Formats: sequence, structure tokens, C-alpha cells
Amino acid sequence: MAKFERKGKGGIPQISTASLPDIVFMLLFFFMVSTVMRETTLKIEQHLPGATEVKKLERKSLVSYINIGKPKGATFQAMYGTEPRIQLNDAFAKVADIRDYVFAEREKMDEKERPLMTVSLKVDDKTKMGIVVDVKQELRKASALKINYSTRKVEAIE
Amino acid sequence: MPKRPTGEFSAATMADIAFLLLIFFLVATTMDIDTGLSRQMPPYNPDQEESKDQIKERNVYVVLINSSDQILVEGIPMNVHKIKEDAKKFIVNPLNKDNLPEKRPTEIDYFGEVMVSKGIISLQNDRGTSYGMYIKVQNELIAAYNEVRGEVAMQKFGRHFNDLPKEKQDAIKKYYPQIISEAEPKNIGGN
Repeated sequence: MAKFERKGKGGIPQISTASLPDIVFMLLFFFMVSTVMRETTLKIEQHLPGATEVKKLERKSLVSYINIGKPKGATFQAMYGTEPRIQLNDAFAKVADIRDYVFAEREKMDEKERPLMTVSLKVDDKTKMGIVVDVKQELRKASALKINYSTRKVEAIE
Repeated sequence: MPKRPTGEFSAATMADIAFLLLIFFLVATTMDIDTGLSRQMPPYNPDQEESKDQIKERNVYVVLINSSDQILVEGIPMNVHKIKEDAKKFIVNPLNKDNLPEKRPTEIDYFGEVMVSKGIISLQNDRGTSYGMYIKVQNELIAAYNEVRGEVAMQKFGRHFNDLPKEKQDAIKKYYPQIISEAEPKNIGGN
């Protein structure tokens, strides 16, 4: 290792920065491995319910998401009210839009994998079941029968 | 090729590059892994709704949740934490009682011919039921199945259910089939 030149006149020697890249790379790899790219911005409040018997969603490419919850923040609430709404991708949607959404998502998939398509319902826990049931009926009509109620993993339910 | 002097290059820029990448991944990252309760819904068929009259009453375990999140299990009000134990009794029916589900002999790998319950859990909710409560009840029902499956895995194979190979897990799943029917909601409680 080359000697670092001292800038000052004597005094404290500079700390070697040679190990800095190593540390940073270590952090970098950690984040690269653990990263999941964020796909949509949530426009709704979403506090998922907790459950103990959860399973991991295996293959991300087979999963489509439907978000349901109260519009988030004053701007969205002024536009869309405070009743729970459905969000598909980045936009608010109506129950009737779900069928088109499912077909569009299915179209994106490989033909072989279409029967494996799963719809993940990410629903705020204060939502009433009415809207969830409407969504489920709509999914049945679109033959998207594999669903997943998205939950947090907790040790015990309250 | 002329031999290059093995000079040292400055490692300081490397840190900069790495930092840049690091910051990118920090911003783009979301740590949450998606977890949830998986369900399979029945196909949509408007003509033939609910063929429940053919299923005997003793084979159905009815769980009702009303619009104020109160639970009625087989006609009895129940706390959400008690459902699991009660549902386990329904699923296993160890003493072959008359009011609990019938069993039919079935051939299963590893087990041979065993009696498998015909029980169905029917979960009904109101449009005004909160989603949080609905998931809690679903969770308890799934927990009941997981526990009885875990017990039989311990007895038969001496290992936890999750540690077993897939064929053995499937055999146990056949032994205690998980049938939870999510009926369409009734709008009785008002909203």
C-alpha cells in the first residue's frame, strides 16, 4: 500500500479510506439482494390485518394486486371522498374495471402460467366487507379464482 | 505486451461509485415480503347457486359474522379466540359423535384406508363486517386445520408438517382436507 501523503504539518495522520469501498460494497450487496422494486405508489391508506398462519407469495410474476382502502391524505380525500376505494396499478378504479384489469394482467403472462395467476387482495383492515365481496364476485366472473388475502405476519392475533 | 508497472489505483473513487449504487438501492427498496392467506374460490355459475340442501346439516360448520363483528358459531355466540379449539373438534371428530361430521373410507398414500371427514366449514359474513375481523376468523379456521395436520404429522412421521417432503404433506392434506366455503354475504345487519 502506498503511503498517503500528509497534508498537514505533522499532527494526526489521515485515516486510510481503502477499506471504505469494502464496507460500502457490503451494504450495497445486502440491499441488492433484499430489494424488491416498488411498482406502484399507494394512494390509499393501507394497514394490513395481522395473521399467524401466513404463507409467502412464491412467484411475484404470477401475482396481480388489488388495493382497497380509504383515499390517503387531504388531496385525495377531497377528490374521491373518504369511503374505501379500489386502486389498480396507479389509478383509482370502480368494481366494474376489475374484469378488464384481470384480463390485461392475464394477457401479460406466459400462456402456460395463466392458470397459476394469483390475485393478491391488499385491503385495509377497517374496510367493510361489502366492497371486498363485490371485488371477489367480479374476480370469480373473470375466472381469477386463486386469491390471496394479504396480511402481516404477527405472533398472535389480538 | 509491455509489462505495466503494478501501480495502485485510487480506491477513493470506488467508494463513490459504490455509494451511488447503494443510494439507488436504498431508495428503490421495499423490505416487505408479501405474505398472506391463500384461498381458492369456486367458479362463477349464476344458475346453480349453493347446492347446500344436499349436504347434511351435521357436516357443515357454520360461522357467521354480523355487521357489528359479532361471531355466531353453529348458533352459539363465540369469542374469536375460542373458534380454533371448537373448529378442531369439528374437523377431527375423534369420538364419531352424531352431531359432528360423517366420515367415509378413503385410500391415501402412507396411511392406507382411513376414515376421512366430510366436514365443510361455511364462513358467512355481512356486508358491514369489517375486513379485519373477517381475516381474524379466517386465520383461526386455517390455524385449526394447520394444528390438526401438525398433530397427525407428529404422530405418523415424527416431524413437523412443514419439514415433511411434499408427498407426505399432500397425504396429510388428503387426510384432513381443508374445505372452507366463503358464502356470498347477506345484507341483514344494515350498513
